[in-house]
Amino acid sequence: MLALENVTKIYRTGALGLRRLTAVSEVSFEIGEREIVALIGESGSGKSTIGKMILRLLRPTSGTIRFEGQDIFALNGRAVKDYYRKVQGVFQDPFASYNPIFKADRIFALIREEFFPHLSRAQWEQKVEEALRAVGLNPPDVLGKYPHQLSGGQLQRFLIARALLLDIRLLVADEIISMLDASTRVDVLNLLGDLRERGLSILFITHDLSLGHYISDRAIVLYRGRIVEMGPTERVYARPLHPYTEMLMASVPRIDQKWARQPARMEQSVTPGPTGCVYYGRCPIAQEICSRRMPELVEVEAGHYVACFMRS
Amino acid sequence: MALRVENLRIYYRTLHGYVHAVEGATFSVRDGEIMGLAGESGCGKTTLGHSLVYMKPPMIYMEGKVFLDGQELPIWDMRRMNEFRWRLVSIIPQYAMNALNPTRRIGHLIADLLAERGLSYKHVLPELKRRLDLVQLSPEVLDRYPFELSGGMRQRMVMVISTLLNPSLLIADEITSALDVSTQKAVCEMIIEFRNRGFVRSTIFITHDMSILYQIADTVLVMYAGQLVEKAPVEEIFRSPRHPYTRMLIAALPRVGARQRTERLRGIPGSPPRLLDPPPGCRFRDRCPVAFERCTETPPFVEVEPGHFVACWREI
Repeated sequence: MLALENVTKIYRTGALGLRRLTAVSEVSFEIGEREIVALIGESGSGKSTIGKMILRLLRPTSGTIRFEGQDIFALNGRAVKDYYRKVQGVFQDPFASYNPIFKADRIFALIREEFFPHLSRAQWEQKVEEALRAVGLNPPDVLGKYPHQLSGGQLQRFLIARALLLDIRLLVADEIISMLDASTRVDVLNLLGDLRERGLSILFITHDLSLGHYISDRAIVLYRGRIVEMGPTERVYARPLHPYTEMLMASVPRIDQKWARQPARMEQSVTPGPTGCVYYGRCPIAQEICSRRMPELVEVEAGHYVACFMRS
Repeated sequence: MALRVENLRIYYRTLHGYVHAVEGATFSVRDGEIMGLAGESGCGKTTLGHSLVYMKPPMIYMEGKVFLDGQELPIWDMRRMNEFRWRLVSIIPQYAMNALNPTRRIGHLIADLLAERGLSYKHVLPELKRRLDLVQLSPEVLDRYPFELSGGMRQRMVMVISTLLNPSLLIADEITSALDVSTQKAVCEMIIEFRNRGFVRSTIFITHDMSILYQIADTVLVMYAGQLVEKAPVEEIFRSPRHPYTRMLIAALPRVGARQRTERLRGIPGSPPRLLDPPPGCRFRDRCPVAFERCTETPPFVEVEPGHFVACWREI
């Protein structure tokens, strides 16, 4: 349904934009129908940049993003609006997505103005109530309130309901539960699973490995803008191949197992040459070749890819 | 007995009345103990931690006593607390790593802090360098400005500064929450290392992330809506929690290995009550599946097994 091909994003930074920062580098992956894909990475790995490019908020420096076969940056006019009918995003900070001086349900009114001006008031209200029930909210409890009167979990579900008002096919969920409390985040996660049952695909961007594992069908691990490993979630978690994924799995705090007493490797100042592997400076198994060439993604078992000379 | 807190009550004054942020907290922390303080946003865990060090308005001290190593801390008196802060009780506030003065080199910043306490930077420098080495920072960071360091490096720097005078009690507030998992683990290991080397005696580690506490805490104290709910040794709180809130909270945590398709977790329906003049009684009762009439009275925080305290009428 959605396909990224060799997508690269280079930001210009510094005075006059003279310095270049490669946020995303030659990333290719697909999202299929009714699939939840977890995009896992630490800060600065480029995961949010990828989400923003899929939402057309940023233009890739090179490469293409196709949705149902169409290059999304070749769309114009009505076609852009149609794209947003099908692809929507929800972001990390629910409070930042609302204007505090308006009632929270204004986000629905804006959708009506933009996409459904022909619907009658009664039809529209029914549609909103259906969407709210679909995300597990009781409409009378939450309509007509200001953002500060609702909890983070409620606001986040409001935003998902807003996306459901459209004929949405793909939801880009960028860290949507990292600001929620443990007792409510599970409900939002379960909601994503229920939406998959209703035919939705979801790109679930997260830094939290246990949450990614709980909900996703496939996992993609990013490091410094590159995919280092990708595969069916169960395989990636049960048998991580890339040393970076291994290190992540060993560092994630679990509640059923204590950390192994081995010192975590800090980021060293050793940087590879411009052509070397992005993980070279921290890698415990790096060899000479790793400093010279960037390994390509290789399929090691069905659907399970790794970019590592030592493991492929 | 390193820290003993008795019936501590901290409110916030607002235009609409008092917010009952910490309601009658009584607990102690042993020498060498790392106590995790857990709870959801707005439960009062940060207020409790801060009140032991820096009671800044609109925080109001209502009642209660705090003893550290047998000596009473005048926590209600901002000025008298000056002689205890940093030397005896030290705090790493949330986002401290982003609050370092950007116009001072880190070494200068530390020298300023020491000078204010009448201590000499030169005198402390050898020990400071030893500790930087321990957290894998090179001494040259002292000549850098804070913005030249990465988040993980700044967090390690802040940890070294806060514990430089070997405080008896360290309060660490959400120090891992903005960090990547690998850095998170390193920071946690430093907390344990600092305790093992005697740089700090007892630690209160405040976090919303229960899985971190399972890794580093000796005991865990759970708060809900301003009330202490349960305190127990770490294995006990995860294996046999007694309070319904703790039980539901731990059941809502995804384990690595749990998947929605095979094992659907459940959240806790409802939300915490407003703390502006809340009604008496257990504040969890509206969300509690086993609440009964008696829960309109406030349950006492009772030791049900050695070291295991619970505030629930069903468990007493």
